[in-house]
Amino acid sequence: MVRYILKRMMYMALTLFLIASVTFFLMKMLPGSPLKDTDDLTKAQEEMLLERYGLNDPISVQYAKYIGALVQGDLGTSFHFSNTPVTKIIKDRIGPSMQLGAQALVLGTILGIGLGLIAAVFHNGVWDYTSTTLAVLGISIPSFVFAGLLQWIFAVNLGWFPVALWGGFEYSILPTIALMIFPLATAARFTRTEMIEVLGSDFILTARAKGISEYAIVLKHGLRNALIPLITVIGPMAASLMTGTLVIEQIFAIPGLGEQFVMSVMVNDYPTIMGTTLLLAFLFIVIILVIDLLYGLIDPRIRVDGGKSS
Amino acid sequence: MEKLLEVKDLKVSFNTFNGEVQAVRGVTFDVLKGETLAIVGESGSGKSVATKSIMKLLPFPQAVIKNGEILFENEDLLKKNEKEMRRVRGKDISMIFQDPMTSLNPTMKIGNQIMEGIIEHQGVSKSEAMKKAIELLELVGIPNAKERVHQYPHQFSGGMRQRVVIAIALGCNPKLLIADEPTTALDVTIQAQILELMKTIQKKTDSSCIFITHDLGVVANVADRVAVMYAGKIVEIGLTEEIFYNAKHPYTWGLLGSMPTLDAQEEELTTIPGTPPDLRNPPKGDAFAPRNAYALKIDAEMEPPMFKVSDTHYAATWLLHENAPKVDPPPAVQERMKGFALSGAPEIAKEGEQS
Repeated sequence: MVRYILKRMMYMALTLFLIASVTFFLMKMLPGSPLKDTDDLTKAQEEMLLERYGLNDPISVQYAKYIGALVQGDLGTSFHFSNTPVTKIIKDRIGPSMQLGAQALVLGTILGIGLGLIAAVFHNGVWDYTSTTLAVLGISIPSFVFAGLLQWIFAVNLGWFPVALWGGFEYSILPTIALMIFPLATAARFTRTEMIEVLGSDFILTARAKGISEYAIVLKHGLRNALIPLITVIGPMAASLMTGTLVIEQIFAIPGLGEQFVMSVMVNDYPTIMGTTLLLAFLFIVIILVIDLLYGLIDPRIRVDGGKSS
Repeated sequence: MEKLLEVKDLKVSFNTFNGEVQAVRGVTFDVLKGETLAIVGESGSGKSVATKSIMKLLPFPQAVIKNGEILFENEDLLKKNEKEMRRVRGKDISMIFQDPMTSLNPTMKIGNQIMEGIIEHQGVSKSEAMKKAIELLELVGIPNAKERVHQYPHQFSGGMRQRVVIAIALGCNPKLLIADEPTTALDVTIQAQILELMKTIQKKTDSSCIFITHDLGVVANVADRVAVMYAGKIVEIGLTEEIFYNAKHPYTWGLLGSMPTLDAQEEELTTIPGTPPDLRNPPKGDAFAPRNAYALKIDAEMEPPMFKVSDTHYAATWLLHENAPKVDPPPAVQERMKGFALSGAPEIAKEGEQS
């Protein structure tokens, strides 16, 4: 087990290095320059600035310098945000994004599984149609529509929650709800499909023939066997939720990472682009490792043991 | 002997998009205490549906029990609600399923799967249930039971898994064991072992058993009585000897003739021509008539009632009517029945034990 995790970590480092390299070169191919209003600068000033940020070196030298710094944990300094180190930018911004993402993920998944379970147990009944309709709506209606609707109903009309901005917990409620609709609908849909299949399998009949309660059949025998595909879908979603979503953060004026990321791409703020991308990639890789370990926890047939199945 | 189970005129239908399928069309039989009744029939003859109705394990609401009574110790199971049925399932009546590869939960330790029913029905503590689970595993012949209880189904072979399934079914010493083709998915060697195991256990626990199969060879080894089902009805029922030595229904003749045996003189096996009827619109007369070389005119018009051959032997064919022409089974089948009568039982399931 420990060997397996160590081995996976080595691969993770390799993956991160590859992602860093590819992103670096792709980013350099972006049109435009990090300098704003180049027309107002004299040639000498422009030259001086480029020199200052090391942008005059050949690409290969820049790449080598960047990777060298990266290995030491230095993500560089932002061009755009008054020379703040990228690590500080991320640190300041990731809080709200992570909180929103985690809340939306946990709530959305739990509610989604519940909804999917109800739909599967009452297959083809009223509850099934209700929850399926809700799930389809949740998947097809974009989150900004929900966000606007929530603001209008609960903030503007009822005045229960603040409309926007970031203060205490109450500020996070509406954006969390808006953000969780998609994971909720996805979880509901997958749970329903998987559960209907699992509940039709032979071992459920065996369980039923033992005379145990329907509750135990659905939760103990059914759900656990339906979880594998569900985790496969929810996992990657977790990574993107935690790193912030541009739309929700814009609508609720939340100083999160999503907004920051898009901005940095617009202004060619190379170090910030790199930093944020690497963070996202890192979270992704960690979550994939967690998913793989969870698989083994849920299903004994795919338990890992030094890379080989037992 | 006392009757444990009485099924009276049971009718079960399935509502499908293509219309109502009448899977079981009036089945009557009983099971005595301590006896084994085999129900034989080809796929789709309604044998599984009839027995699943006893435990009400059919996929409701698609399946509808349209008529009948199922008396278990003189209580009508069909009148019981889901909660009352749960107290019967696994406790008084247990079921063994066909495919051991799929009938165990892959994510649960087999010990827990055995203990579940015991804890539910006997209200014992977990450690006591665990002790019982280990005993059961030993009873069904699983070596190292103490370690094996903590393993998952994928760590067992097919035959071992079926032993686990049997252990689950035996958890609460049921009065009636329903085995739905328990050996069909196993290879011949293992089949013989499992049959032997079931016989031993039944003798030990003195329970009754309904044994569903499409393999007549298996029947001869385990059953006291045999019911032959065709198109949702019982066409012949009698003591095992009566069915094997003195069958009266042409369908039973067909089954006996198509059964491979070791001591068969003739090389060729007979086949029954044609296919079973569509049970969405079952025929007016005898459902077997179109495939029956001995069919009479009346077979197309009217369903034959059960004619009495002896106190224990009944068959639903017009050939037994007093006005019917006297017909003998095909010579090959006659030969066979004589052979069975001489050698005691057909030597088929034992084949596996030797190999």
